Amino acid sequence: MSAFLELRDLRTHFPIYRGLIIRRKIASVKAVDGISLSVKKGEILGLVGESGCGKSSLARTVMQLLRCTDGEVRLEGRSLADLSSAEIRRSRVNFQMIFQDPYASLNPRMTVFDTLAEALQTRAKLRGKPLVQKIGELMRQVGLPPKQMMRYPHEFSGGQRQRIAIARALAPQPKLIIADEPVSALDVSIQSQILNLILKLCREMELTLIFISHDISVVKYISDRIAVMYLGKLVEVGSAVDVVERPLHPYTRALISAVPIPDPVRERQRQRIILQGDPPSPIKPPAGCSFHPRCPFAVEKCEMEVPNLEEKELARFAACIRIGEI
Amino acid sequence: MPLLEVENLRTYFHTRGGIIRAVDGVSFSLQEGETVGIVGESGSGKSVTCYSMLGLVPQPPGRIESGTARFDGIDLLHCSGEQLRQIRGKRISMIFQDPMTSLNPYLRVSEQIMEPLLVHEKISHRQALLKAIVALEEVGIQDAARRIQLYPHQFSGGMRQRVMIAMALISRPEILIADEPTTALDVTVQAQILELIRQSQQHLGMAVIFITHDLGVVASFCQSVNVMYAGRIVESAPTEELFAMPLHPYNASLQQSIPALHRKGDPLYTIPGAPPDLSHEIKGCPFIQRCAFAKELCQTSEIDLDEPVPGHTTSCQRVLRGELGDLRLKAQAV
Repeated sequence: MSAFLELRDLRTHFPIYRGLIIRRKIASVKAVDGISLSVKKGEILGLVGESGCGKSSLARTVMQLLRCTDGEVRLEGRSLADLSSAEIRRSRVNFQMIFQDPYASLNPRMTVFDTLAEALQTRAKLRGKPLVQKIGELMRQVGLPPKQMMRYPHEFSGGQRQRIAIARALAPQPKLIIADEPVSALDVSIQSQILNLILKLCREMELTLIFISHDISVVKYISDRIAVMYLGKLVEVGSAVDVVERPLHPYTRALISAVPIPDPVRERQRQRIILQGDPPSPIKPPAGCSFHPRCPFAVEKCEMEVPNLEEKELARFAACIRIGEI
Repeated sequence: MPLLEVENLRTYFHTRGGIIRAVDGVSFSLQEGETVGIVGESGSGKSVTCYSMLGLVPQPPGRIESGTARFDGIDLLHCSGEQLRQIRGKRISMIFQDPMTSLNPYLRVSEQIMEPLLVHEKISHRQALLKAIVALEEVGIQDAARRIQLYPHQFSGGMRQRVMIAMALISRPEILIADEPTTALDVTVQAQILELIRQSQQHLGMAVIFITHDLGVVASFCQSVNVMYAGRIVESAPTEELFAMPLHPYNASLQQSIPALHRKGDPLYTIPGAPPDLSHEIKGCPFIQRCAFAKELCQTSEIDLDEPVPGHTTSCQRVLRGELGDLRLKAQAV
């Protein structure tokens, strides 16, 4: 069986130009730099990494909101890169996105009804009573009372707005949803409501989900597999429990040890790996393994060789040459 | 005697939409060298509490309706502007959440770090600059002598927060108020900044008020914690006890809803509904609508903090009457 979604050596670079009259390309930001990944139907893949590592660029490239520089995205065996923009618009009913900030992603001048009706029109031309019914059904699905459909986004709280955004993503009956930090802007007590809702909907509708977050505990809870990104590249991929409980790559180890645990007893006992410095600029990534300047295990060889993502254990991939030794 | 003692603080905002009771009767105290956490969701009044103490609440629309905040014999809420200026930035300083918006983009970092010294101490510009360079080195910025002449946009997020910390610590304050200092940062950088605050605290022996919404950060950082909800403190306890033996249903269910403590596949425990609208006066317990244990008495009786266990206070009337057993187990069962 071929994969539902497949990324092959995907690259998205943003050129930087200098000069007003003679414009020259002086460098490029390699936001996504050679990512290969496949996702099965119905799978939930968590994508973690620090800000600026290219998570959102990857999401936007898969969504075809950004055109990739190189490589391809295949959805159900069809390459999306070859399609014209009109064809992409037509096929976008199959893949939808939920954004981070529900304050910015909903049009403040459109009522919930307008927003959802627009999304529904992509699939079928509904009008009058059936349309109202369908919208009511969608709102119930995400836990909003249908009688509020004539309200505007500002009349809702953050959590409720995120529910509207989820309903909008579900309206065209997509097969793939990419959720870009959908709970980061919400409070803890609201966050768990939205996570439960997303999980329930995924199971009911057999959705494939790519869940992007910087919060590892959220990603561990929700996803089947986790992919860890650093400076445009994947450094580790594996099942969620494995990656969090027995991380292989030194970066994943540091990332997980930096997450505070809400338990003072365990918190005092554990050893922290505190990384030095900030993530380097993606304009000029370090030579060799891009993590080597911050890596506590780096040796000379790491500065020369770019490590490939290889299967180190069964179904566990990591990009580090020293995994066997550390 | 505590270093700082806040009693019955009420800060209301008089807006066109009505009176917003942002802080409604908050009392807590801070001992010398202690780290106290204030946890709560957005809008629970944790920042406004601290802004009120330092006179940073814009008035109008804000108004401090009642309360005292005693620091070294001075009531911060009622002293003159001149007295407060002597304290703010010198004896009590503050780090803000977003280092991008709290640094002045037009001024070099050097001028911003030197400012507290030039304002509060008799010191020459030259000496102030030397001290500022040392302060910048202390927060772990290499090549400080050159970097101090740069502008804030030339620093990364973590570095900017280090600059903020250097600014706050340069006058050797007795109290540092840290308002979500790591919320805008990545976890790896967050770990660096927390470590830095911890080290400087030991070094200077100052007390820290740490405002956050992250229970994980509280667990690793604070000695005692005040949990705020809808403008009030609903529970306060030493950190270990707050986690091991929650005495307020809000705290108990908040802990239950953290994904980190859940087994995969179990549905996440959720607190239904949303926090109450603060523009209406709240009768009885503010958590009543979302509480699994609410009874009629929660609506009718006077809600006061009390201390069922020494050092551990709660405002839950049912817990105080001994009607609820171990909230942790109960919250799981609901």
